[in-house]
Amino acid sequence: MKRPVATVLVNTALIAGAIATAFPLLWMLSVSFMPSGAASSFPPPLLPRAPTLDNYRQMFADNAAGLYMLNSALVATAVTAISLLFNTLAGYAFAKLRFKGREQIFRALLGALVIPAQVAMIPLFALVKQLGLVSTYGGVIVPGMATVFGIFLVRQYALSIPDELLEAARMDGASEMRIFRSIVVPLLQPILVTLAILTFLATWNDFMWPLIVLTQQKLYTLPVALASLSREHVQDNELMMAGAVITVVPVLVLFLAMQRYYIAGILAGSIKG
Amino acid sequence: MRRFDRAAWIFVAPALIVLAVFFFLPVLAALLISLTDFDLYALADFSNLRFVGLKNYGQLLTEPLFWKSLWNTFYFVLLGVPLSIGTSLGAALLVNSKLARWRSLFRTVYFAPVVTTLVAVAVVWRYIFHTRYGFLNYTLGLVGIDPIDWMGDPHWAMPAIVILAVWKNFGYNMIILLAALQNIPEDLYEAARIDGASSWQLFRHVTLPGLAPVLLLVSILTMTGYFQLFAEPYVMTEGGPLQSTLSVLYFMFEEGFKWWSLGRASAVAFLLFVLMFAVTVLQLRLGRREGAA
Repeated sequence: MKRPVATVLVNTALIAGAIATAFPLLWMLSVSFMPSGAASSFPPPLLPRAPTLDNYRQMFADNAAGLYMLNSALVATAVTAISLLFNTLAGYAFAKLRFKGREQIFRALLGALVIPAQVAMIPLFALVKQLGLVSTYGGVIVPGMATVFGIFLVRQYALSIPDELLEAARMDGASEMRIFRSIVVPLLQPILVTLAILTFLATWNDFMWPLIVLTQQKLYTLPVALASLSREHVQDNELMMAGAVITVVPVLVLFLAMQRYYIAGILAGSIKG
Repeated sequence: MRRFDRAAWIFVAPALIVLAVFFFLPVLAALLISLTDFDLYALADFSNLRFVGLKNYGQLLTEPLFWKSLWNTFYFVLLGVPLSIGTSLGAALLVNSKLARWRSLFRTVYFAPVVTTLVAVAVVWRYIFHTRYGFLNYTLGLVGIDPIDWMGDPHWAMPAIVILAVWKNFGYNMIILLAALQNIPEDLYEAARIDGASSWQLFRHVTLPGLAPVLLLVSILTMTGYFQLFAEPYVMTEGGPLQSTLSVLYFMFEEGFKWWSLGRASAVAFLLFVLMFAVTVLQLRLGRREGAA
């Protein structure tokens, strides 16, 4: 008799938790379809009485949401592509190629993980200014072109590649680059998918650095644009919910589609990190 | 061996150059800049730069607003970290329970906020916290609690940000704790059950010790993350009301990119780093001693 009661309790708690967790996102979606002003009433309406796409129309037509989305996609894609290449090359070399100072350099890199990125931000801004990259896509992209975390993730995975396989290829006279392309990259594929998703989502969601370096509105990424719009339209809840949906849905969909890889990355990054 | 060496360097060079130029160099430069009066004029022409020694640090330590931001950040960390980890642990235990149905569905729902864009969900929560039309006050009203002016009352603004942070982040640690729970050998539970242990005793003497190392790791990761509070107050409260949600990083941002006192801002960044480092070491020490006892 005790078991059924416990089962009901556990599952009720799980359902209550799920409702509380999902509610903000569901309400955001619902309110984004309400006509302007409809959400400013008491009690707060759960569902739109007369659903409309006006807020989305206004976001795209008057507030350039399409442009910001394009900026975000461009920056996130560039950072993902470049950092994936650089991190994979380095991560593989730290795992499988021998060179002088390898262990010391790797340990120094890991040690650097304790330094928060914000410590570098002010000189980074001066540097990016010197390079003429303030308020360009390049300015947002350059600091993300390689990450210690990415190198670490690839290295841990690459350690499991059997040395015999690489030696055999070397015996056959394959160059190191050739071995990398035709043997290593295919073997690393799962971790590369994981790293690509983690990087893309992190770059898409990033806020502080783009906020600092992008001074022209037409280059804003979605989070920067949304933060700026939300200060202008404090009372315009329905419009802001549409803006939030536009910002969140692409990453949420990507996550749902690739969930397995994403979670594998978190576990690999935290257990040994 | 030599050819090998050269190939290896070609592989690591791009990443190391990027990290050196865009991370290590700026970190060192930050330390130097924090000893100068780096400002808008120096940004235009480096010859305007003057060395001022520890003046920036001295000024900060006598600046009430800096202390205020430090206290606010500590308040956020002290309130937010235990609540986050408690929620994560509760969620992980529930999802891991043998009695639970649709586990992977719940896991996905609980994790979803982690991948959302902080700025976007901060905008959503600002609306949920709305004094008159927000859903939270409506719900509280149903159980007879008077409306709270979440964003306008200096006593409630930071707790509101903590609620957002817990909601946004608990799924991350939940995933890590779930993996750790599944690593605790079933035999340990069996043995304890045969000895007649109650559910609470199982939790206290098998589950918690099994989770201890991971809990320590998770609390350090969460804490260092929470010290970097910035986007939530930027979007929800602009540091107000009455600077009650001005965090150290927000203070740095304003010093640096609103007033262009880049020297002082660098000093702020360094002090925050030293602080985070000290608290991490302290936590590791305490954790080790707990583990030894």
